[in-house]
Amino acid sequence: MATVKTIVMRAPGTNRDEETAFAFRQVGATAETVHVGELISGTKRLADYQVLAFPGGFSYGDDLGAGRVQANELILKLADEVHPFIERGGLIIGACNGFQVLVKAGILPGPLGTGQTATLTNNDSGRFECRWVYLAANKKSRCIFTQGLELICAPVAHGEGKFVAPPEVMDAVDVALYYADAAGNPSTSYPACPSGSLRAIAGITDATGHIFGLMPHPEDNIHRQHHPHWTRREAELAGSGLKIFRNAVDWVKGS
Amino acid sequence: MICAIEVSLKPGLPDPRGESVARGIRDLGIDKDIIAHTCDIYWLEGDVSFNELKRIALSLLADPIVQDYRLDPPPEPDTPTRHSLIVTYNPGVTDPIEDTMKKAIGDLGISAVTAVKTASRYILSGALADDEVKTIAARLLVNPIIQRTVVSAPTDFPICPRYEFCLLNVDLLGVSEAELLRLGREYSLSPLEVKAVAAHYRKQGRNPTDVELETIAQTWSEHCVHKTFKARFNYDGQLIDNLLKNTIMGATQELNKSWCLSVFEDNAGVIEFDDEWAVCFKVETHNHPSAIEPYGGAATGVGGVVRDVMGTGLSARPVANTDVFAFGPPDLPNAALPEGMLHPRRIFKGVRAGVADYGNRLGIPTVNGAVVFDERYTANPLVFCGTVGLLPKALAQRGSHHPGDLVVLAGGRTGRDGIHGVTFASEQLTRASTELSFASVQIGNAIVEKKVMDALMACREKRLFSRITDCGGGGLSSAVGEMAEDTGVRVYLERVPLKYAGLSYSEIWISESQERMLLAVPPENIDELLAIFAAESSEATVIGEFTDDKRLCLYYQDNLVADLEMTFLHKGRPPLDLEAVWQPPVCREPDIKPATNLGGSLLKILAAWNVCSKEWVIRQYDHEVQGGSVLKPLVGRLSDGPGDAAIIRPVLSSSKGLIIACGLSPRYGDLDPYWMAASAIDEALRQVVAVGGSLERVALLDNFCWGNVRDSASLGALVRAAQACRDMSLAYGTPFISGKDSLNNEYEHAGRRISIPPTLLISAMAIMPDSARAVSMDFKQPGSLIYLVGETFNELGGSEYFALHNEIGVRVPRVDALRSKKLMGKLSCAIGLGLVRACHDLSEGGLGVAIAEMAFAGGLGAEIGLDGVPRDNIERDDIILFSESNSRFLVEVAPGGRVAFEETMAGSACGLIGRITDGMDLKITGLGGGDVVNLPISELKEAWQHPLRW
Repeated sequence: MATVKTIVMRAPGTNRDEETAFAFRQVGATAETVHVGELISGTKRLADYQVLAFPGGFSYGDDLGAGRVQANELILKLADEVHPFIERGGLIIGACNGFQVLVKAGILPGPLGTGQTATLTNNDSGRFECRWVYLAANKKSRCIFTQGLELICAPVAHGEGKFVAPPEVMDAVDVALYYADAAGNPSTSYPACPSGSLRAIAGITDATGHIFGLMPHPEDNIHRQHHPHWTRREAELAGSGLKIFRNAVDWVKGS
Repeated sequence: MICAIEVSLKPGLPDPRGESVARGIRDLGIDKDIIAHTCDIYWLEGDVSFNELKRIALSLLADPIVQDYRLDPPPEPDTPTRHSLIVTYNPGVTDPIEDTMKKAIGDLGISAVTAVKTASRYILSGALADDEVKTIAARLLVNPIIQRTVVSAPTDFPICPRYEFCLLNVDLLGVSEAELLRLGREYSLSPLEVKAVAAHYRKQGRNPTDVELETIAQTWSEHCVHKTFKARFNYDGQLIDNLLKNTIMGATQELNKSWCLSVFEDNAGVIEFDDEWAVCFKVETHNHPSAIEPYGGAATGVGGVVRDVMGTGLSARPVANTDVFAFGPPDLPNAALPEGMLHPRRIFKGVRAGVADYGNRLGIPTVNGAVVFDERYTANPLVFCGTVGLLPKALAQRGSHHPGDLVVLAGGRTGRDGIHGVTFASEQLTRASTELSFASVQIGNAIVEKKVMDALMACREKRLFSRITDCGGGGLSSAVGEMAEDTGVRVYLERVPLKYAGLSYSEIWISESQERMLLAVPPENIDELLAIFAAESSEATVIGEFTDDKRLCLYYQDNLVADLEMTFLHKGRPPLDLEAVWQPPVCREPDIKPATNLGGSLLKILAAWNVCSKEWVIRQYDHEVQGGSVLKPLVGRLSDGPGDAAIIRPVLSSSKGLIIACGLSPRYGDLDPYWMAASAIDEALRQVVAVGGSLERVALLDNFCWGNVRDSASLGALVRAAQACRDMSLAYGTPFISGKDSLNNEYEHAGRRISIPPTLLISAMAIMPDSARAVSMDFKQPGSLIYLVGETFNELGGSEYFALHNEIGVRVPRVDALRSKKLMGKLSCAIGLGLVRACHDLSEGGLGVAIAEMAFAGGLGAEIGLDGVPRDNIERDDIILFSESNSRFLVEVAPGGRVAFEETMAGSACGLIGRITDGMDLKITGLGGGDVVNLPISELKEAWQHPLRW
């Protein structure tokens, strides 16, 4: 099997693109960070890649709501690229701002074409917060990225991370990751669930399990020393974010 | 025509923004049941159809899940229980949202919108009196420098008048001496300086143009040349010609470290990181702007220092930010607030938000900092912003350009930002300006800067530019003038892209608009460079070329508007002679009766503004982005303990670490600036050692913030502090690599001059060969031994303990650097051997605070005895517990490591004072054998966390 090719898409204001690419390389993929303009102009084609990553940051400053402007750009200017990529089963991961983009573009929870049916809105605290959280994987989820995972941890760093949707959408959504306490029980209480996200939702997937969005940053927990308690020798989940990237690469290799 | 779209939360949803306003109202002392809601208002200019408006509202402005929108909502008159306030930016203030909206509306395929403005509507429900509404507007919602309230949507947007060229000369040759001196004051030139300028132009046989005089004034300003630090000092009869060279820079030269790659000559100091990479560090202040507009001032402070780093060598990538603030006390009574000043609490909140919003948006982790409080900072708050950058070692030196290289201005557009009416000839104000001129405060736009950064990194890879610098304070005048000193330059000012029409050639030249970088580009690279900037949607424009005639020539529409000799501009400034004296203050050691129980004092010191937890600040910064975090600013079992220094791995594939620390102790400066400076240096170095670093490769930065330097006593204090920097730097073997000063931080209030305390911030970065050796300050294991390393003296002068008793005392903490260096060397060795499980440096509040912090950060109790403390003849429990002597550490050692640790520390002061327990109490036994402190760690932690739990 040839090397798995990942494209990390960035727009003005995107960050964490470098460490996202680094995480994919750590698990044997190639990873290229590509400016959205290169896709719009056709210099780069999504058809050449198997995994598409939308990293964190503040695309276009998040001036009109987190991810909104990039989401519109995706639907209005890149539909010809994105739709075929999704239809042929390409893997997509969006973390933090990337998740906000996918939700506001209506790609998550999906299916494509239904428009925006959920949102990520202001944290209950009204604040941007950076802190480490535990994430419990939903074993029933179809999500390819979280297969075989139980408990991992990662930092969040956002002000708009509260997942909200009408009841009928909430009931249908495939939750891949829940905010949890240290024992792995899903929790909506602060600070285990820093945003106050409904039903402790930290990450979701679409009906195929190929598209995954989450607010925390697994790319910032791929090394022993990332873990906040590594100096206490209580860091059994150190580096546990890497499994998400490995799952994606393994799945592409196996398919 | 102007249409309005108003976006609000759907009814019934939680409204955190509204709640925050309601909290702010309560903080103002308006103790009523008020519910606040906020709406976003967008005013669109253009011939936009109803359907287009609806589309903009639905698919861009209102989130369909949680928000509703209204088009052109009718005005709703206020009632006694419902007040509505619309707050918008003043004309001329650049609102970053405008650009994003224009792009996004264009993406929707709608081209009819010609301009956009934004506003916020605050709806306050509850029984508020009219004067209370006014108070809320003035003290919470509106900063008149940038904002105002309006009652309805504007009927049109102001149009900028066009500028018509007219060359202005300033008559220096035909005026009286009194008029000459007045002109000097107008351009901020001293009598000696303005006379030197007049003499120069007399030789030329002509008067200067306004822009020439502006350029000279700018180049000779304190901000650009640091003339005070470079002055000739008469210090109590001793001649010091150039204070900087004789102290701080002199020490660096004498130490002559091979790993110092570029010091005191570029926008930041650069040291070697490994064989391939170098790191640079710069710390700047942005004090005055932050005092008048905390959010924008602090944001542009971050933006400025980040550009310094991008403008170092052939451009560094920012990898970490630091921030240090000094404010008046947050609980300052309103009656004590000087007229026209914002309350410290509001300044603090605004500055914090500005730093966080800008730094977070740039994707740079904020990893280290400090906040200190003193009433004298009320009118002169200090905002220090630091940035660390990473660049290839081969590109560490400042670049060199050649005649023929092109002058390229990249990034943001140029407006009237930072231009103050006072530096302008009055004639010009009426001719070329509208009310726009008066609104010279800018809201930073982090995304514009991020785009420049991304473009620069791509151009750096390909080595497309030959030199780079930032364009900030002093504008093009300072950036171009400095870069072209050794060559000469021609600039065509009409080519500079403008935010709006109407700027004169002078305004273009001296504007301090943010987010701009200046590059020298060889002509053969220009097409490729411009293409890269275009691909990153960042603007870059050729505005001139470098020459070989050593002249600064400016043109505007083919008119020569300035023709200055570089030699006069850079070497023509008459030297400054200053008188400095130092007299120690007359203070006495207070007579405080020692209490038998010191628990109450410990709780109060933990809750002091200078000591208490700063988690409220730290949490709102992204300290994880870029994925290099090793030791975070908050550490411990629940990640809420105060870490000593931060460690990052700037190169993700390497385990090599970079330690970032800081020290400052302004309170000691009232007693002796020499020991204040020495203590700040010792503190920064202690933090480096405490986390597992060593003194082997530590670089220091100085930032002096001082009072009135026309005052000889204040200058004497400056000399003493600078001398301490030299002495400590040499003794510790830690060179200074960069520095900055902000002088004349003084304010007149009620006929009294209030000067800030002499404040020196020392920032340190240290290379750590293996970051896996790091230790954190939280206690780890019950049963471990607790050592106090370093000697305790009777040094409570300027301490938190004395402050608690409203005293300052006399005996300021000193530093015995040679002894301390040996001690730190041994401790680094012990940590390197893996003998140390936790380590914390002792600073404000001394042993009492440090032991409490280690205990509650680790969630473990401890029992210690004061009789085990290595000390100099002290027989009082309170002095031992709260003395702030320098060069001390608390260390946790596993019982099995006892012998090895004691052997490693042999010859230095080191006492076993107790052990960690599995209980939840901190028990401290006094010299008499009884408990002087016996408190649950939860109570200690609550005292420490409570004050800033905002």
